[in-house]
Parts: sequence; structure tokens; C-alpha cells
Amino acid sequence: MFICFFKNFFFTRTTPLTNPQISGKTRDLATLPPLHWMQSNEETPPIAFSKPNNGDEKNGNKTTKKSFPVLSLNYENVRLPFEISLWVLLASLMKLGFHLMPRLSSIVPESCLLIVVGLLVGGLIKLVGKAPPVLESNIFFFYLLPPIILDAGYFLPIRQFTENLGTILMFAVVGTLWNAFFVGGLLYGVCQLEGTNLAGVNLLSCLLFGSVISAVDPVAVLAVFEEIHINELLHILVFGESLLNDAVTVVLYHLFEEFTNAGTITVTDGFLGIVCFLVVSLGGIVVGAIYGILAAFTSRFTSHTRVIEPLFIFVYSYMAYLSAEVFHLSGIMALIACGAVMRPYVEANISHKSHTTIKYFLKMWSSVSDTLIFIFLGVSTVAGPHEWNWIFVVATLVFCLVARVLGVIGLTFVINKFRIVKLTSKDQFIIAYGGLRGAIAFSLVYLLNPKHFPMRNMFLTAIITVIFFTVFVQGMTIRPLVDLLAVKKKQETKRSINEEIHTQFLDHLLTGIEDICGHYGHHHWKDKLNRFNKKYVKKCLIAGERSKEPQLIAFYHKMEMKQAIELVESGGGSKLPSAMPSTVSMQNIQPKKPPQDRALPQLSKAREEEIRKILRTNLQRTRQRLRSYNRHTLIADPFEDGLDEILIKRKKMKELEKKMNNYLTVPAPPADSPSVARARLASDPQAWGLKSVTEIPTIKVELVSPQNPESVKVVDEFSKKGSQPKGSEEEGGLTMRVPSSEKQRKDKTPDEEPQPRFMRCLSDPGPAAEDEDEDEPFLP
Amino acid sequence: MGASQSGPVHMFQDLAYKTGFSIEQIKNLHNRFIYLTQAEDTLRREHLENVSDLALNPIRRQIIEAFFDKRNMGEKEKGCLQEIGFEEFVTVLSFFRPPKPHTADEEMKNIKKEKLRFLFNMHDTDNDGIITLDEYRRVVEELLSSYEIMGAETAKAITDAAMLEVASVTVGQMGPDEFYEGITFEQFMQILKDVEIETKMNIHFWNLDTRTVQCGK
Repeated sequence: MFICFFKNFFFTRTTPLTNPQISGKTRDLATLPPLHWMQSNEETPPIAFSKPNNGDEKNGNKTTKKSFPVLSLNYENVRLPFEISLWVLLASLMKLGFHLMPRLSSIVPESCLLIVVGLLVGGLIKLVGKAPPVLESNIFFFYLLPPIILDAGYFLPIRQFTENLGTILMFAVVGTLWNAFFVGGLLYGVCQLEGTNLAGVNLLSCLLFGSVISAVDPVAVLAVFEEIHINELLHILVFGESLLNDAVTVVLYHLFEEFTNAGTITVTDGFLGIVCFLVVSLGGIVVGAIYGILAAFTSRFTSHTRVIEPLFIFVYSYMAYLSAEVFHLSGIMALIACGAVMRPYVEANISHKSHTTIKYFLKMWSSVSDTLIFIFLGVSTVAGPHEWNWIFVVATLVFCLVARVLGVIGLTFVINKFRIVKLTSKDQFIIAYGGLRGAIAFSLVYLLNPKHFPMRNMFLTAIITVIFFTVFVQGMTIRPLVDLLAVKKKQETKRSINEEIHTQFLDHLLTGIEDICGHYGHHHWKDKLNRFNKKYVKKCLIAGERSKEPQLIAFYHKMEMKQAIELVESGGGSKLPSAMPSTVSMQNIQPKKPPQDRALPQLSKAREEEIRKILRTNLQRTRQRLRSYNRHTLIADPFEDGLDEILIKRKKMKELEKKMNNYLTVPAPPADSPSVARARLASDPQAWGLKSVTEIPTIKVELVSPQNPESVKVVDEFSKKGSQPKGSEEEGGLTMRVPSSEKQRKDKTPDEEPQPRFMRCLSDPGPAAEDEDEDEPFLP
Repeated sequence: MGASQSGPVHMFQDLAYKTGFSIEQIKNLHNRFIYLTQAEDTLRREHLENVSDLALNPIRRQIIEAFFDKRNMGEKEKGCLQEIGFEEFVTVLSFFRPPKPHTADEEMKNIKKEKLRFLFNMHDTDNDGIITLDEYRRVVEELLSSYEIMGAETAKAITDAAMLEVASVTVGQMGPDEFYEGITFEQFMQILKDVEIETKMNIHFWNLDTRTVQCGK
């Protein structure tokens, strides 16, 4: 966020007064890593990793006649990457550990536990006698913060965000300003009181401190809110506020820092501050948008180099952040803008695997960053430096809380006049309570120059106290409070096609009504933007035919592909996790009319190819599992959620099958009478004619369960008729989703678009053609 | 409205009471009504079709039809009107009025039901109380009509998938010989219960004069 003037790039293991000896040594290491290894053949530096001085002394001992060292130890070379890796490993192991203890993690949010771990580690290091590392602002702002923000920005729910943008901006801008001045002003008042020896704190320092501490922290908010699953509206309000208040914080920080020396602020400065704010925020957004468009444009051409697609996304986003930082614009807003702008276009262009890669890399990096940040907060607390002043710290805490509550109440009163969906007092409470402070505030104070700010240590202590309070007390109690107040939780429903159709319908309907009423409201502008997007932007930024694809179709295709993948993934036999037992099939819906010619729909070659590839790779996945080291044949795991359920179902099916194999018959399916099965089979036009349709289908003994690693046999299941009732008995009938119901449906509705496509994909002779021959009877 | 007598004002008050709008909002809508009809007494389809912004809307035909649908006027009749007066105009628009704050849950449910009823009527063009496959298909086709390339098969496939979903969710078990007629109103309510219609299907009716362009929200 701010260009640091520190030269060393890693953790300073020093007390605040820098130890010249140590820093000199570390600087050496920083500048000479490549050469160092050549000189160190005969050195044997000590094993303890934090005694940098000793290395120097051994330099003189060079023996001339020494036998060739078979095994030598040189830790100093790898110290930096080694230690970084150790920290990352520690963070990840901690995360692992917490999730192995579900009881603990359900009471205490992860961030608290991590801070405690940090405290312990810091204490340990101090016990050993070394100085624990402090969270360097450089590292924080350049390496730890961007992944989290990018993750948030890329997956930002645009719809809710734009619907509530006015509210979010009010909270972010006006709320933060109010907090800053309230806290800063009152603290100054407290400092002027008799009895406290705080007279040295001038107004500007207090205001600076107030501005830093009043910003709600996105990292902390994410960490806590992710676990409590409140409804989307509240989530986006608090989270959006934490992202957008960055601009305000930047401006206020700079303003007060610049003028601490001058001593006073004039009206011109105030006016310039406002201009600066606009420049910082809008500039950040513009920079982000430019990089976002560049990334989208680049992704248009990556169809031949799919492997490095994710790299473009990450690098462009990081460049956006850094470019914004160069001009002291708001890096966070740049990153958010970049992610949000490029996402719709990039997702239309990149392959399915790249999409998965991006998603997982972002989640992984942000998760590690998040963990590291909290651990280092704990360690930094132990490291110091601290200057405890009861009155100041307590006053800070009290004023922060009071300011937050008053700000939220006041702003909501104003905002509710303009909102359609008003914010209730429950909502207000959650918003106020969710104003957590975190590591950004800490790092900003850490950046302060002690010369200009003699009370820096006191500020640090106060900030750490506030952070601890908000994270521990508010973080831990927010979950029971949410339950107590019965705040609406997030709905975990899968988006159904009906909802999608009606959402689109509503959009158009509301736009139309607005047009009839004659006022240009929210929907009107959104519609205009969409039209502009469709007409000009999409043509540039999306490759090929996808640019003309309407959202409904895209949604439908995505849903289909997902179901097709789920189907293959689950071995086809078991029920999809969210499907309800239902015997409704297409033939129930179609009015009775003579069968029409099967009309194979147009499907773009690229899409077909993609589907085929996905299905093929998934069918062969288990066989190839051990063979793909090659990074060019990374196989995606498209079914992220619910895999456990699928596996459980598979296991159940496997057991069931074992039972059935013993009897060599199929127990009558509970909800599917034999007559129905017969009827279904009878109407099947395909190559089932060989088997007699009157007998109840049997399962051959050699039929392999879905869990068998010979995945090809998975498909065998379907080739034998016996699989039909077996599959259906598990779920009591047909499943509801179209592609899965295809395999069960025996009716011949010719205008089933996904079904012939599916069949075509599987019957396409792929690399293992002989295995897939049997696929044809798989589908009705 | 200096020249207006107590007559229109009385009518406005009645309307305000009936539909829930405020007097200012009714006045604004009246101004808009006069603008649309070019000072005639009744609104006809051509007047609505003249609204230029509406021309780009893919479902404009259904929107216009909704204004002339008798079922939306609160009467029990079915069928279409050829022209409507201001009262019907406001009645139709009242379906889009945001619920007042502090509305009781019961009231909210009623409001939601009314809005869903409006939507249902828009889809059910032959007034038989059921959305058949064809009607639904027409809806999807209209939605996609602004995009050139999509063939009829995709719309059909989407519609089929949607109907299948509705049937599966609402009816559950059906034998292979039974025929699913279409979506009834109860089923419609059931599948859309998660969409939060009562908060989404609203537009802002300003209390100020809407003839000046205003940015919403």
C-alpha cells in the first residue's frame, strides 16, 4: 500500500533500534546470494538459525590442505527461503490442525486461534533468546495482502454489490470519515486532560491515529464472516465497506502524515484532500479496469496455450496493484476493479481447467496469506515494542466502539430513505458489530516514522489492543449472537434454471415498467450497460462464438456440463446429491404428439470438443491417476463440492451391489415397479433389443462396482441393462436433472438436446476407443 | 395541477387508498399517463408501443399485454381490454410498489402472492390457470429473442429442462403414462419461493416530479 523505505526485504529480527551489525549482515545476504555459495565451501556455520554474527568470524579459517568435504553444512545460503517455507508450513499445519478439531473451531473463529498460535511462537522465540520477527509492512502490503484482495475481488458477487453500491459507499466514505474524526478528536481531548502524561500528542497525530484505526479491515471481516454464513446482503455490506474504505484511509493517512510537520491544516488542504480522495479512488479503479481489460483481451488468444492462462490473470492483477501503488493510488480498489472487470470475459474465454486452477490457486494463496497474517500479528505482539498507557488504550477502545455504533445508526437512518429494502435494526447491529479491525491498521502504524511520531509505540500498543479486542471478543461472540438474533442466514440453494429464467425475466420486466413510468432508475441504467456490453465490449474481449451467447444459454450450458461431469464422476449409478427422488420424466411433460424427427442441435465445435475432452479425461481419470506427472496434462477435478457425498453414495452402492451379486437378482426397486421398468425399457429404441424386455434385468457377477479403479468398467454398468433398476432403486426413481435422467429414461423424446450430445461425446472414439465402444448403449 | 377541481383529487385519494401509493406519487403517475396518451382519456396499446425505450425490450409484448389483462385489475373476469383508464394504469403499476417498511409477515406473504400472481398471469396467456409447455417455451424464446444465433432447439431444451425441474420438485412421483399438464399457480409459487419476489419486484416511485430525469436509488 505504501512504498516503504526499508531496504531489507525480509523480517527484521531486531528490536526497533536497528542493530547495525545484524542488519549489515542481512543486507549482505540480500545482495550477494548468488556468490555466497561459492565462497562457503569450507565454512561450517552454526546450525542455530538465528546467529548471523558467527558466520563472519569463521571466514579467516581457511586450511590449505584439507580433504574434500563429502558432507558439509551450509545453512546461511538457504536461510531466507528456508525460513519463509518454515513459516508457511507452520501456518498450513496450524490450519490443518484446527480443522481436525471441529469442536474447537466451532466455538473459536480461526483467526483467534491463529493469533494465539502466533503469541505462542513469538513467546517461544523470545524464550530462546532471539528477537521475534515483526510483521514487516513491506511484506504485508506486497506479498500477503494482494492474494486476499484478489480472491475477494475476483469472486465478488457483482449483482449484490452494484445493487447496494450506494449504501456501501455511504458506509465506506462517510462512515470512515466520521469514525476517524470522532476517535481522533476525542482522543486529543483526552490527551489534553490533566493527569495523563499525554500532552505530547498533538492533534494531527491523534487524527492520524484515528484515521488508521477507524478503517474496517477486509482480512478480518472475511475471516470471521466466512464462518458464520450470514445472508448475502449483510455480508456484502460489511465486506464491501471494508474494501472501499481503503481509499479514504490512504488519503487521510497521507494528509495527516504530510502535515504533521507543518502543524496545521488550512482550508485549502482540506479541499485538496477531497480532490485527492477522488483521484485516489477513481484513479485506482481506472488503473484496475485498464489491467482488467488487458487481461480479458489477452485471454482471448490463449486457446493454444491453455496451461499459462491462470498466470496471465494473476500477473495482470498483481501489476494493477503495483501500478496503483506507484502513484499512491488505492491498490486495493485497483485490484478489486481488475478482478471484477476481467472476470466475465475471462471466464468465457478460458478453459474449464484453467478456471478451476485459478479458483484453487486464489483460494490457496489467500488462505495461506490470511493464516500468516494472523500468526504474525501474534508474533509481533510479543516482539513489541510496547508502551502501555492505560488511559489512552482504554479510551481508544471505547471511542472506537462508540463511534462505530453511532456512525452505523446515523447513516442507516439516512440511507433507509433511499433504499427499497430497508435495513432493520438487527441488520444495523450486525453491521456495527462486524466492524473488525485487523492487520492493515497495524501495518500502517508500524510504517510511521518514530521521529515524527514519538508516540508511535503507544499507538502500536493501542492498535494491537483494539485488534485483539475486535477479533477475539467480537469474532467469538458474533456467531452466537447471529443465532440468538435469528439473523437470516445464507441460503445454500443451487441456482435452478427456473430461477435463472425468472431473474432474467424480472430484469426485463422491471426495466420495461420503469420505461413506461418514465423515470430512469436502477434497472434502466443496468439495462443500458448490458446492451453496451453486448454490442461492443463482448465482441472485443471474448473469443469466437461465445461472445454472442446470452446469459441464459451460458447458464444452461454450464449447468448441463456440470451435471454431465457429475454423472460421470459419480459412476452414473448413484444419485446426485441434490436431486430429489422423482419419477417424472420428459415423457410426462411432453404432450402426446407423434414422434418427430430427431433434430440434432447445433453445437459449436469448440464446446463439443470441450465436453468430449472433459468426459474422456474423467472416464480415464482413475486409470491415469498415477501416470500424469506431466504438467501439460493436469486433470481437473471439476466437482469440488459434494464429492464426499458422491463417494459415500458410491460406497453404499458398492455394498448394495455386493449384496445383490450374491443373489444374482435385482431386488424389486421400491418406487419403480417392474411394469414401469419394463415399460421404460420397452420404449427404448436403441440397441437393447437383444435382451428380452420381459425379464427383470439381472446383474452379472462380473459387474464391477463404481468404486473399482478400473474406471472403464464404470461405464460397463450402464451397458448392461441390469444397471437401470439398480441405479434407480437407489434413488427411488429417476433423478430430476436432465442429463442424469437421460440415462434412466427410456422414452424417446427426440428433441432432447443434451441427450444426443452426450451420447455423441461418449461414442466419439477417443484415445481408448475400445473401452468406449460399450458406451453407446449407455444412453437410451 | 392548479386547475384541477376536487373531482380528480377525490379520485386520487380513492386510488391512493386502494393501491397504497401516496398522493404525490399518484399525481406524478397521472402526469405520466397524460404524457403517454397525449391528453386522451384512455390508454391504448399503441400509446405504450410508442415508448421508445421499450422497443429494445425483448418482452415488451408481454409487458404491454399485462396492462390490458383483466385479471390484473382485481376482477374475476378473464380476457383483455382494448383500452384502459388511469385507474387501471395505476392498479397495474401498484404491483410494483415496494412494500412499506414494518409490514407484518402475513401482509408480506400476501404481497408476495400478488406479485407472483401478476407474473403468472403474464406467462399464462390463454387464461386457463396453467402454464403449459408451449407457453413457457414462448417465454423463453422471447427472452432469447434479442440474441440472433440461438436456434429454436436451445429454447426448447431449456424449457424442457425447466419444466422437468418444476415437475420433479412439485409433483415428485409420476408414472410414465401420466401427463403433467403444466405449472399451476401453487407450483409456480413453490419453485419461486427462494427468489424473494417481494423485495426484487419493485421499482422506485418518486414523490417528486418524474418528468425530470432522475437516477434511481
